[in-house]
Amino acid sequence: MIVVRQLKKSFGPQLILDGVDLEIDSGESVVIIGRSGGGKSVLLKHLIGLLQPDAGEVLVDGENITRMDERQLLHVREKFGMVFQGAALFDSMTVAENVAFPLERKKKYTAAEIAQRVAAALDMVDLPGTQQKKPAELSGGMRKRVGLARAIIYEPQIILYDEPTTGLDPIVSDSIDHLIIRVRDQLKVTSVVVTHDMRSARRVGNHVFLLHEKKIYAHGPPAEFFASTDPIVRQFVDGVADAKPVFL
Amino acid sequence: MNFLGQTWVGEWLTGLGRIAVLTRDAVAACLTFKASRRDLFYQIYFIGIKSQAVVLVTGAFTGMVLTAQTYFQFHKVKMDTATLAVVGVSMCDELGPVLTALMVAGRVGAAIAAEIGTMRVTEQIDALRTLATHPIDYLVVPRLTASMIALPLLTMESIVLGISSGYIVGTKLMGIDPTYLWYNMLKYTGDIDVEFGLVKSFFYGGIIALIGCYKGMTCGMGAEGVGRATTEAVVYSSISILICNFFLTLALQRVALMLL
Repeated sequence: MIVVRQLKKSFGPQLILDGVDLEIDSGESVVIIGRSGGGKSVLLKHLIGLLQPDAGEVLVDGENITRMDERQLLHVREKFGMVFQGAALFDSMTVAENVAFPLERKKKYTAAEIAQRVAAALDMVDLPGTQQKKPAELSGGMRKRVGLARAIIYEPQIILYDEPTTGLDPIVSDSIDHLIIRVRDQLKVTSVVVTHDMRSARRVGNHVFLLHEKKIYAHGPPAEFFASTDPIVRQFVDGVADAKPVFL
Repeated sequence: MNFLGQTWVGEWLTGLGRIAVLTRDAVAACLTFKASRRDLFYQIYFIGIKSQAVVLVTGAFTGMVLTAQTYFQFHKVKMDTATLAVVGVSMCDELGPVLTALMVAGRVGAAIAAEIGTMRVTEQIDALRTLATHPIDYLVVPRLTASMIALPLLTMESIVLGISSGYIVGTKLMGIDPTYLWYNMLKYTGDIDVEFGLVKSFFYGGIIALIGCYKGMTCGMGAEGVGRATTEAVVYSSISILICNFFLTLALQRVALMLL
């Protein structure tokens, strides 16, 4: 279970998060939506300790990770997998080496076991036989799938997705959504998905949070959330921009 | 204090403090053998083997020009056969370690900063952290250890080649008597000179790796940030090597006096 209490974060003079409260139960699939640049990815990075807040706390299974140093955080992070917006694959390695990386570091598995698990993880993300390719040879969608294979290979309890469908065409986005649902259902993991893709949010979430004006503005199950009549929620869900005069 | 922090002095002191913390963490991680053997061997190959050409050419031509210049001056006072002794001491104590370190700083320091900087801007360092891997264990420790192993070996090569090429220039081009030339070199170049050079190069290896890693891990975003980090890694490593060389020379002399 992840609990966020009164989280505040600034970069220089710019306030990004101003008292965010959030609770995510084990096994839940949560979607955090909000405008671009609104602090969704910053919030996600706080959940895994990649960023330290200015104030507030993040509790993972009861442990306050905001007071941990980098070495203590390594143990907490073993519970997490994260899929980055740009996939963040190690470009000097092949696909197989990328996916095998967490297992190689644990030094618990034989080469044959690692190869078998890499093949299974790549099968799960529909990329069989790509082991020897380099990240530069892959399309954007394939890179995200490899990123997901790398995140699930050590069977984490929580998977964080940072804008998993951004920059992808609708068909590839659809396949990524299906993949997130499949991983959630087969591995029984807690999923936290940050997105501004409303179609994706409706599909993959059991609970939707709207980050607006540096705080959680509204939240609820998808059916309830997307039926909301609140003007801010409606504006975001329907994708309506404020009309502004154009000066040329 | 806030005002001081915003000036270049404040930034410089902050940077110095961060490098000190990085050094402490990296040395602690080195002592607990956190690096994988495969990464360490790859870095030794990259820093040591791949720097052969540049180090050998630098060592050879430094020895040759030093021999020629020394001979031109010594010839005036009929001290031709002392030429290689000067070359030997200079190559072992100063020119071998310093020039090798400067050449390696240009090649390896820049490469380390560029590689780690690119990893930072493409979130690969964050990815490492999410995979429960400490960036210092995975990125800094192998490079630091490899650099501190490779630099003394490269310096040794540079010294040997510098003296050898100086001997050839002295005997074949300048016509100095080879027996006395060699005899005087052995007489005035002691083991301690070689040891000074190797100790210095061990420290320079650490400086190159630490500054390269630090600049890469703290670089600004985008291509401009990586470019700036690469340039700064080379400039700061080179300046640090030259400054440290002076203080190491004094310190090693003091240690030598105490021991001998």
